[in-house]
Amino acid sequence: MSKDNQILEELTSKEYEHGWSVDYEADEAPAGLNEDIIRWISAKKEEPEWLLDWRLKAFRTWQNMSEPEWANVHYPKVDFQALKYYSAPKQAKKPKNLDEVDPELIAIYERLGISLNEQKRLQGIAVDAVLDSVSVATTFKDTLGKLGIIFCSFSEAVKEHPELVKKYLGSVVPMTDNYYAALNSAVFSDGSFCYIPKGVRCPMELSTYFRINAANTGQFERTLIVADESSYVSYLEGCTAPQRDENQLHAAVVEIYAASHAEVKYSTVQNWFPGDKEGKGGIFNFVTKRGICAGDHSKISWTQVETGSAVTWKYPSCILKGDYSIGEFYSVAVTNNYQQADTGTKMIHIGKNTKSRIVSKGISAGKSQNSYRGQVQVMKRADNARNFSQCDSLLMGDRCGAHTFPYIDINNPTAKVEHEATTSKIGEDQIFYCNQRGIATEDAVALIVNGYAKEVLNQLPMEFAVEAQKLLALTLEGSVG
Amino acid sequence: MSTLTQQDTFQGLFAAAPENFLSIRTLGKESFLSQGLPAVKAEEYKFTNLSKKLENAIKSFSPALSFEITDSQVKSALFDGFEGDVLVFVNGLFLPELSSSIEGIEVAKLSEKPEAALGSIAKASKDPFAALNQASFADGIFISVPKKANIEKPILLLSFNKENVGQVIQPRIWIEVGDFAEVTFLDQSISLNDSSYFINKVVEIKGGVNSQINYYRLQNESKNTIEVSNIETDIQKDAKFTSVNISLSGDMVRNNLSLNLLGSNSEGNMFGVYLLNGKTHVDNHTNVDHTIPHAESNELYKGILADQSRGVFNGKIFVRQDAQKTNAFQQNNNILLSEDAIVNTKPQLEIWADDVKCSHGCTVGQLDEEALFYLQARGIDKTSAKGLLLYAFAGEVLEKIEEESFRNHVVNLIQERLGSKF
Repeated sequence: MSKDNQILEELTSKEYEHGWSVDYEADEAPAGLNEDIIRWISAKKEEPEWLLDWRLKAFRTWQNMSEPEWANVHYPKVDFQALKYYSAPKQAKKPKNLDEVDPELIAIYERLGISLNEQKRLQGIAVDAVLDSVSVATTFKDTLGKLGIIFCSFSEAVKEHPELVKKYLGSVVPMTDNYYAALNSAVFSDGSFCYIPKGVRCPMELSTYFRINAANTGQFERTLIVADESSYVSYLEGCTAPQRDENQLHAAVVEIYAASHAEVKYSTVQNWFPGDKEGKGGIFNFVTKRGICAGDHSKISWTQVETGSAVTWKYPSCILKGDYSIGEFYSVAVTNNYQQADTGTKMIHIGKNTKSRIVSKGISAGKSQNSYRGQVQVMKRADNARNFSQCDSLLMGDRCGAHTFPYIDINNPTAKVEHEATTSKIGEDQIFYCNQRGIATEDAVALIVNGYAKEVLNQLPMEFAVEAQKLLALTLEGSVG
Repeated sequence: MSTLTQQDTFQGLFAAAPENFLSIRTLGKESFLSQGLPAVKAEEYKFTNLSKKLENAIKSFSPALSFEITDSQVKSALFDGFEGDVLVFVNGLFLPELSSSIEGIEVAKLSEKPEAALGSIAKASKDPFAALNQASFADGIFISVPKKANIEKPILLLSFNKENVGQVIQPRIWIEVGDFAEVTFLDQSISLNDSSYFINKVVEIKGGVNSQINYYRLQNESKNTIEVSNIETDIQKDAKFTSVNISLSGDMVRNNLSLNLLGSNSEGNMFGVYLLNGKTHVDNHTNVDHTIPHAESNELYKGILADQSRGVFNGKIFVRQDAQKTNAFQQNNNILLSEDAIVNTKPQLEIWADDVKCSHGCTVGQLDEEALFYLQARGIDKTSAKGLLLYAFAGEVLEKIEEESFRNHVVNLIQERLGSKF
């Protein structure tokens, strides 16, 4: 058997491979949500007064909001009082370097295939590893520090760079933005903070790896990326969770701020536990991601490969405020079994000569439902705005659904906006062609799907692209016939 | 809460409703009261705030009454070259005495046809305005085309509207077309004065096996007309339905056009042009429901928007789980001519079957500068060159109108508008 076949064999015989969990001593908040819990979290993290006030304000707003119901997804209501809002692995003291990090925690990440050990890599990716509610370790800090790049956990940033955090926190996603963003603002535990100073091109990929381990907890992380003038950064995000019967909530907020001539590339490979074949368990992924191209000639590019989660509700968006700014959104969303995804983007053109591009590829199999929901808005002053959107859906199996809800709101006569979408299934002739050449149907499907998604996968950094391709094949395993 | 959602405002309408179709009316009233007028953020009426519009323009509602009209008025309203039969309406009420009697077709007032299954196609539960009409329409028309009838001449549904502020015109049209029958309807309304009245129209069309139905509609009423229409069609196996909707004027116009493909190999076509200026607001909501395998639908809407006009398009293609081998296409193109014009478009696909070919596309842009330059370089002045290009843009839809006199009429209106205004 050739090596390729071995890999395929390996992939197709696997189910969710990250479904294990590890028992470690954890420091947990009691279940429930009230002001005391928020104070408790804030105190635990030794936060300054202003941040606690900010959280409480968000919490009070959240209490008056109601859960959004417009998305094309159905799921049992989340009982916010039954969740634990904080869970942290117990460590004696804050580790100064990797050697002091509990080896057990490092082992968790080793098992996920993420090396936190810098020596083992000659060059590569700086990782901020987040386990449940706290950041475990951040690698390559010193190397980055020499360039003036700040890359650390959110709680560290609050302590060490309060002026930056204070300035940008909530500037892109206001705490009152939506139900889950408000909830996140109230209870967020940790996340990554990244600041690229003027004129610096970040020499390596920055990455955050999220892992939910504890049961009955929600993960509420917050990522804030600030790219100052003429800087560049490519940022990766990965996530996995153990296989559990109950649904777990993940409600993150990602904010990106790009000053003039800055460029930020944000890639996600989302592989939360999707639930089992009967649709039991899985993560509810309710995420708010938004970037603002605040300065002229800035650029924000979102790339996402969504394969996991029982329910996904996620719209990475760009506010194109600066003149000549560019927003991009590339997405592959795969749903299988009983997964539901309602995902897309918003491109808000405010500045003149702004451009945006949307490429969304949905693949639905099994009994899953996959929706694209996007908005392209051209404001009155956004002269010469240009948008191109393409959203294609591929259907596999007669019990799944693909839906498209594109909103296009144009308020300027010089705008050029195009939207096109197609929905179809994999052609029998294509499969037949592969079969004829000795490629089994399932492999043929993986091949065709990868080809279909190539336009998006090409946007991913090398290492992620390989992982994403494998994931695609894996997620669709058993969906043929 | 808007005052219009309160029962009192509509009491006048409900009280004046005739005592026929009792159970149907009760159902409509219940459905209306439970839905209320669309709230500000209601998804279906997101960009078209009819509740506010009605509240500002009309204080309380009462039904529009019939008025006198002469034969010569009818004759002068007909467009050049029209050779067909005319059914005349005043304020939505059918006038048999001025209408032609059409050979081979049964035409009657709805009040004489208590067996009509009103509301079975355009369901009251789907739209509050359809429900309001169902509860309180005064009278309407019943048209039945028998099996295998091939009606060669077009049938013009000609409405004269004249009302004071606050009156509601509620036309109700029931059309049934038998198996293998062919028929073409033209629908045009004429405003006899400029006051802001409210038209709330419901048309239900039931197409039999292998029937062929064309429904061409021209909306060119006074600048102050507020209009909502619900036109819904059911067609069976091998049948074909084509709708062309031309909107040229009005204050706020909302068209709900729905098509249910109930038999295999059926075909639905929906075409439209909206050419707007001033403050006209036109909202086209279309809905194609593919319930069975092997059916096809095509949709093309084109909009040209000048001044402070607003065009809203929401096209929904619904492919049910059993509707395998569906082909559905949808396209919406818009040209914005002024800084204050707005387009909101949402071509929506909901697909629950896998073996389908569906596509949709939409564009918003402006005239091609190069084409404009090309024409100008050949001695055509800018206004005419623009008019020519815009006419060509709309032409793709206009040529779908198979009835020649009506097509020429529409083309003339559009050319006139493009020549003078744009």
